[in-house]
Amino acid sequence: MLFSPVAMHIPDGFLSVGVSLVLWAVAIVVVGYALKRVNADVGERQVPLMGVLAACIFAGQMLNFSVTGGTSGHLMGAAIATILLGPWAAILVLTCVVGVQALIFQDGGLLVLGANIVNMGIIGVAVAYFAHRTLQKLLGKWSGGLFVSGFVSGWLSIFVAALACALQLAISGASPANIAIPAMAGIHTLIGFGEGLITAGALVFLKAARRDLVEAPQAQLADSKAVWIGGLVIAVALAIISPLASAHPDGLEWVAEERGFLDLAREPLYEIIPDYVLPGVSNEALATILAGVVGALIVFAAAAGVAYTRANRSRRSGI
Amino acid sequence: MGQFYYLDPYRSRASVVHRFDPRVKVTLALAFILTVALTPSGAWPVYLLLFALDLAAAILSELGVRYVLKRALIALPFALAALPVLFSVAGTPLLHLNLGQLSLTVTREGAARFASIVLKSWLSVQMAVVLVSSTPFPALLAALRALKIPRLLVAIVGLMWRYLFVLVDEALRLLRARESRSAHPPESLGRRVGGSLVWRARVAGGMVGNLFLRAFDRADRIYAAMLSRGYDGETRTLPLPPLHATEWGVLLAGLSALTLLAVGGLLFYH
Repeated sequence: MLFSPVAMHIPDGFLSVGVSLVLWAVAIVVVGYALKRVNADVGERQVPLMGVLAACIFAGQMLNFSVTGGTSGHLMGAAIATILLGPWAAILVLTCVVGVQALIFQDGGLLVLGANIVNMGIIGVAVAYFAHRTLQKLLGKWSGGLFVSGFVSGWLSIFVAALACALQLAISGASPANIAIPAMAGIHTLIGFGEGLITAGALVFLKAARRDLVEAPQAQLADSKAVWIGGLVIAVALAIISPLASAHPDGLEWVAEERGFLDLAREPLYEIIPDYVLPGVSNEALATILAGVVGALIVFAAAAGVAYTRANRSRRSGI
Repeated sequence: MGQFYYLDPYRSRASVVHRFDPRVKVTLALAFILTVALTPSGAWPVYLLLFALDLAAAILSELGVRYVLKRALIALPFALAALPVLFSVAGTPLLHLNLGQLSLTVTREGAARFASIVLKSWLSVQMAVVLVSSTPFPALLAALRALKIPRLLVAIVGLMWRYLFVLVDEALRLLRARESRSAHPPESLGRRVGGSLVWRARVAGGMVGNLFLRAFDRADRIYAAMLSRGYDGETRTLPLPPLHATEWGVLLAGLSALTLLAVGGLLFYH
């Protein structure tokens, strides 16, 4: 389970406050616009339709298939939601899924929820939309076109979202770019494979069972040029930035060149950064720690006291 | 995680925390998580105080410290992503690892950064666990509305929650149907059964497609049912009661304590 799609839900504590807030701002703007667009398209049907489909994506993430040796492929759902519902509705649905996962199931943090919405909702959807529209145009009437297009959109949505996630971790200093980016890219190349196959399988099934569901949204949403360009720009930008960042991790982390990872691996540095007092060494630091311990004990005692008197009172009153 | 992951995490108790206004709880929990995020790495005493607040919340909510600590482990696998920090941050060497060709040096600063990241995520998750285990979902929605999340979005999330467990049941039925049609003879133990990888993935894809079909149909039925009960596109909710003086007091005290912690951490450990 370690590297199910869960590997892309960033928990709190991994992103710096600045990165989190910027991505929150992006998420708010895009989701706000998506709300408006979907409201104009489906009107009052929006609440039941989006709500049930969000629940459907959430539940659909349970459906897996065994790959080998106990690992299994799962669904994230950005690509299939995009292809069936169009980009704006898909952004809304995935925002709800990611939001509930964070709020209720602690799958992903709350302060970093904006980042998770951007990665899985917005970037995943934009890239899937770009891939699907382009391939539909190129492959046209070919009967296998839907399968290929579904597979590529599914794979690309996972892969690019993972690159974005790795970049955010690197910028926040939670993981060096030269390791985080290749690792995330490698793992999600495989996870994306599962996503692509499931997406393609679902589309082929739906085309056989309910042709109108697959074909109607294509004609209706062919004009989302902005999303198409957005997907293209995101995919290209991340494809260029990621190798650059992983080749020059220092540029991202503002760590001086000579203190970089490679030099450290070759020979250890025996210098302590001046003006840096390690906690626990000087007496002052020890005092602070003691103060922390005392403070913690006081908070405890107060909490336990309140809980204890409450328990006593309810026992006495016979509840 | 398994199936239990999809259960409502709310635990009914009669504690102080459970009865508290959800708006105050959500605000304080978010402020706590922001404080944790603002605390610089290596500010151990501040972490200790934050941990004390976590434990205090766990005790006061009568959920049991063990329950909260255990549920908070969910974010732990992600720590793997931060593991390379151990070696990549420059500083005083602490430990040498020789893995064949690869020679790695763990630095004191790297270890501090790694421990800080993992601790921070653990501390944040604990507070989130207390929040959702002590607040029923409708109360959380009311709090989100009070925090100016768009009404439409809150309405969608509310409906999603209402049908989440129905659709999880659908998914479980699909899984059970596949399971009951897949033979697992004893001699196949350890060997792969069923068709090729692509075939198995397409079966799973068919199940996803099926789930979508059922969801579309269900959304239509729900919409019709809503219309027949007078739905006109507007989601109406009861106005939230004003906050009591004590609730204001707790909110302000909590916020100022967290601000103090954040400022202290930034001043002394940056």
